[in-house]
Amino acid sequence: MSRPELQAPPEIYYGDIEAKKYTNNSRIQQIQADMTYRALELLNLPPDEPAFLLDIGCGSGLSGEILDDEGYTWVGVDVAPSMLEVALEREVEGDLFLQDIGQGFGFRPGSFDGAISISVIQWLLNAETSHPTSSPPHRLARFFTTLHSALRNPSRAILQFYPTSDDQIQLITSIAQKAGFGGGVVVDYPNSKKARKVFLCLFVGSGGAQQVPKGLEGESPEEEERAKFEKRRERIKKREKDGKRKSIKGKDWILKKKELYRQRGKESVPRDSKFTGRKRKPVF
Amino acid sequence: MVRLITHNLLACHAKGCTSNNFPLQFKDVAIEIREAEFNPDFLRGFLARLEWGALVDAARQLGDTSLPPEVPDMLDDDFLKSLHHVLLEIHVEEGAMICPNCQHVYAISNGIPNMLLAEHEIG
Repeated sequence: MSRPELQAPPEIYYGDIEAKKYTNNSRIQQIQADMTYRALELLNLPPDEPAFLLDIGCGSGLSGEILDDEGYTWVGVDVAPSMLEVALEREVEGDLFLQDIGQGFGFRPGSFDGAISISVIQWLLNAETSHPTSSPPHRLARFFTTLHSALRNPSRAILQFYPTSDDQIQLITSIAQKAGFGGGVVVDYPNSKKARKVFLCLFVGSGGAQQVPKGLEGESPEEEERAKFEKRRERIKKREKDGKRKSIKGKDWILKKKELYRQRGKESVPRDSKFTGRKRKPVF
Repeated sequence: MVRLITHNLLACHAKGCTSNNFPLQFKDVAIEIREAEFNPDFLRGFLARLEWGALVDAARQLGDTSLPPEVPDMLDDDFLKSLHHVLLEIHVEEGAMICPNCQHVYAISNGIPNMLLAEHEIG
């Protein structure tokens, strides 16, 4: 199955059905929650201070719910109306906007204490039309410049995304730098195929004093617990422990077959005796 | 769910609309009051970011006149309570916001404003 962003634009891909599916899938919920907590950790907000955050591509509010739980006030923007409808049904606390982030934000300068975005900006890497404002570099530039001005100085934006190649990371970081952001890319679990997560950590202001945080190393917690093919090994072990498998072709089966052949009139069916179906000794 | 807290941060972002594009004017609005948790620390911190005149005007447009025209020097509880009510409890459910400069209409339906621009309006 190819990536969703290659199939259709987000507002069409996440129609009514896909939006429901996405929101009710417990695996997606778990992954989104983990990434939201990680993004908040990377955001490194001062503790015990109420903050006003921007959730870029809030979707059905899976990440927003966590922001609610953590006591943040937030504003969410998304381009898919169906996803926002689901968010309304789920009664999230934040204000929701139907907005295409590639067209830029209209927020006044210095509005937000921080921004997070979970699995969104890879959607900006595809051109929908041939209009010049629809080219990925133009949309990315518009997104990053308006985001930069909407954030307070100093603050951070943490954007998790799924790049398909290093070129894409290169393109995104260079445009973000041109827009005035400092920072870089943090990769969690870089050696794991499944758990590998790319976070773009962008800093506003404070003259490069902020260090790019380190990505989590090692294997993901899930993979450490379970080795490859462990299930199959367990199944085989269980079978061995239960003792010998019962032979399917036992005496009953042989007698049944012989009876069947006799009924069909087959010749030379051996007669039944006390030796029928008995095992030979190992050595004749 | 356009609350005045977000309305106060929102300017028009259409192409070439860079001056006099704030605040957006409300039109034909239907509002709903929903109670929210009172958090004085958040309000105190947020006060510096608000455009006070725009907030008072917007509140008047929505029929709430509890705010003083100037920010008082003393932030007492009564003031913070009314600020809390105006900022976080008044939800605009239906209607439109209009840019005072380019007259672009941002329709609000079901509490969600449509901020999408047409191709020729993208900056």
